[in-house]
Amino acid sequence: MSKVEYLEQIIDRFGPHLHDEPYGGWQGDRTIDKVVSTHCPYCGMQCGMKLLVEDNHVVGVEPRYEFPVNEGRLCPKGVTAYLQTHHPDRLLHPLIKRNGVFERAGWDEALDLIVSKFKSLQEKYGKDSIAVYSGSSLTTEKTYLVGKFARLALQTRYIDYNGRLCMASAAAGNNKAFGVDRAANPWSDIPFAEVLIIAGANCAETFPIINGFLWKQRDNGGTWIVIDPRETPTARQGDLHLQLKPGTDVAVTNGILNVLINENLIDQAFIDSRTNDWETAKTTALKYTPDIASQISGVPVDRIVRAAMLYGRAKTGMVMHARGIEHHSNGTENVLSYINLVLATGKIGSRGRGYGTITGQGNGQGGREHGQKADQLPGYRSILNPDHRKYIAGVWGIDESELPQAGASAVEVFSKMRDGEIRGLLSICSNMMVSLPDTNKIRESLQGLDFNVCIDFFMSESSRYADVVLPGTTWSEDEGTTTSGEGRVIKINQAINPPGEARKDWEMLQDLAHRYGRGKYFQFNSPREIFDELRVASKGGKADYFGISYEKIERQDGVFWPCPTEESAGTPRLFEEKFAHDDGKAKFHAIEYKGAAEQPDDEYPLIFTSGRIVHQYLSGNQTRRIGFLVQQCPEPFVEIHPETAMKYKINDGERVKVISRRGEGIFPALVVKTIRPDTIFIPYHWGEQLAANQITNAALDPTSKIPEFKACAARIEKIHSRELPILGTGRKGTSLSEVQRGK
Amino acid sequence: MKETMFIDPQRCIGCRSCVSACRECDTHKGYSMIFVDYMDRHETTATMPTICMHCTEPTCALVCPADAIKQNEDGVVMSALKPRCLDCRNCVNACPFGVPKYNSAMHLQMKCDMCFDRTSEGLKPMCASVCPTGALAFGTYEQIAPLRRTKPVNAHVFGNQHVETKVYLMLPTEADEVRVDGCGIFEGRVSTDPGSSIHESWIDTQVEDSDKNNEF
Repeated sequence: MSKVEYLEQIIDRFGPHLHDEPYGGWQGDRTIDKVVSTHCPYCGMQCGMKLLVEDNHVVGVEPRYEFPVNEGRLCPKGVTAYLQTHHPDRLLHPLIKRNGVFERAGWDEALDLIVSKFKSLQEKYGKDSIAVYSGSSLTTEKTYLVGKFARLALQTRYIDYNGRLCMASAAAGNNKAFGVDRAANPWSDIPFAEVLIIAGANCAETFPIINGFLWKQRDNGGTWIVIDPRETPTARQGDLHLQLKPGTDVAVTNGILNVLINENLIDQAFIDSRTNDWETAKTTALKYTPDIASQISGVPVDRIVRAAMLYGRAKTGMVMHARGIEHHSNGTENVLSYINLVLATGKIGSRGRGYGTITGQGNGQGGREHGQKADQLPGYRSILNPDHRKYIAGVWGIDESELPQAGASAVEVFSKMRDGEIRGLLSICSNMMVSLPDTNKIRESLQGLDFNVCIDFFMSESSRYADVVLPGTTWSEDEGTTTSGEGRVIKINQAINPPGEARKDWEMLQDLAHRYGRGKYFQFNSPREIFDELRVASKGGKADYFGISYEKIERQDGVFWPCPTEESAGTPRLFEEKFAHDDGKAKFHAIEYKGAAEQPDDEYPLIFTSGRIVHQYLSGNQTRRIGFLVQQCPEPFVEIHPETAMKYKINDGERVKVISRRGEGIFPALVVKTIRPDTIFIPYHWGEQLAANQITNAALDPTSKIPEFKACAARIEKIHSRELPILGTGRKGTSLSEVQRGK
Repeated sequence: MKETMFIDPQRCIGCRSCVSACRECDTHKGYSMIFVDYMDRHETTATMPTICMHCTEPTCALVCPADAIKQNEDGVVMSALKPRCLDCRNCVNACPFGVPKYNSAMHLQMKCDMCFDRTSEGLKPMCASVCPTGALAFGTYEQIAPLRRTKPVNAHVFGNQHVETKVYLMLPTEADEVRVDGCGIFEGRVSTDPGSSIHESWIDTQVEDSDKNNEF
């Protein structure tokens, strides 16, 4: 059983501890052996950076001015990223949990144990009793290998990945509307748009580097329409803020479309020649007058009208969105309703006219293309399509019948663990105890497993539950490609060797496959060899990488897919002449407003929404260990509007209990006018009793299976000081482990 | 050196990337010489970066009894010279912009030196290199001013004190100078509204403890 029995001891040994200086301390006169040009390990911007290496340690960072996307710019996570490489919390050898305590183990011992346990579980409960759960911070080579490993080595149908929590709605919406899932324009198109609609995207905090493009657009005289329930720094800097109730995007977009139609600001020629299904979308939108849209969304009528006028009258414009509209039980529909605006005005397919979802994870794009998704095969092929199955079976040298069928999505996989259908788990590059909704249920899932293996380079809140932990590599210790949010395939370069006995993730997966007796399918000697097979596997697919090589990436500062031939330079802008559906046309979708799965009521009168802060990356397993980042915001907080705070007699900084039907947590109140009075917000990067996901609702979008992180019902309660956890002002500079022990 | 720094507060997103990057400079030994503050987090998410303004006639140097603060030939005001610094903190208290900090561990005043080690090699200062939005930018007046819809201003009036700076503040108005009459409160020229009290958000108080003492 995978329980955490000695949490205090685990935190003591493995952190998170705060660490804040380069190897050997801050020194002015280092001898730098080499400078390695690579990219940031964090978000989908994949900024270029240079790592300074001294004696096999990354000891500093230098701007990579010549990389065209960020031209040297970096966010604070990027600047401090290198501090994780030599962090004292790094896992340096395999660990096996015995009697609740992690003990150092040899590689042979650990790998043999995994294989024998998994095999015996599969003999007893069937091949599908083991699940693989992966992540999109891995290089594309690794994500490809994880998919192949699950299906050919473990021969299980259950593989999914954390992109399900990130990009799934955008991907589903893009596929439905355009026939392909990739940002339509390169970021460099942004400065040429007169108007930007930025929906559910706190660009300032989640993709700081995209702000360079946004401000260039501003310098060119452009305006921003920001649609967000909070006055984020981006909303504050924008020209028009539609501060909607969480989960009411469809009302707003239909309202805008309504005005566009009535003011004759649509592009009928474009609609006629390049799209299908306009009439139904139009009929639906006509029902949502600005008044009705305003009543549902809480956005003043004149702002909806002004947004429509600004966007409709402009010659050029771009719509961009992120998790804010996607993390909903109707996330796919939200995406489609924004795409309706793009198609109705024909603002797509040229410079300054476009659309894009801003990918969250570093390799959120590449990681969702090559087969680590439950229903997908490499090259954005479908595991349900007989032709696609046949092609990939051919590449892999197996019979099509040996290829497992589609599995289940992330949240569903974890519910199958609670049902006892899935008995074993191999997770890599994921911290489910922070990132999945309804933490208490996820804990149950992990505790119920018969055997749980985790590959990571730090002991995450989730790996604490594992029976075996294998130490992997940070991004600077291996090479490979990632695909950024604009569809640009870039190259991560190795700067140093893995520390201690840590190994490259693809090597250990191959070793496991060999011990499983499936070694003949896993004969790779380098990421380049994996990439070469991936190129062939993706050939002819929607995400066609066949013409991409490591050399071409370096030569061109990245290659935009599709790149089907060696002569092709790639495709920075999509849809210039046609869309990716078979008839070359895009599709409108008639979208009715549904709202969040759980609405506020007398018992839980507030809308709870979650999100991010600029100083933490995703589940925080990397960034919550870096002193500088933690000091900027030591703990999660709950944003409450002063009117609401007054009603509950809550003062700024006071700790309050936030409760939903799923769980509760205690958070300090940040009383701010920048949030709606009917809404409260907590950033989600923390685990255990600080997890915002104790509150969230695991309701899923029926198409994308994305959970509804962004809207559920909650209430706040004032608590007596005696109930306060011991997290005080003395926290600054103390380690989280000390805090958690109550020192 | 014709290049200088331009501070454009309306672009600041409060990410403190500049603060983290400043530590990377070889001469700083891990200390950052930049400060980013919330204006009033209760009301707004607005933030503002503070770097040394590099005054033409630096107050910090004028009040230094040991003549420890020097300007280089480009007009960059350097940190106090270690052999000369008396730990008196006159500069810390006198600077109208509140820039120099006292490093109690090193017994030394430290401040932004516009990355002279980088600029002398033709590189941009770290903060201006990494700033995602251009809230901190490095270049010549002729390069930066035409790109922006804000106006570079380098004349500051603090009560009776007129200060000209090498660094420009980008303002959205047509003002030719920045006027701050902080001293007026004490000298009775400016009345304060007794109803308003400036209160800091707890998030600021946690982060900025050390700043309040003007110490690292």
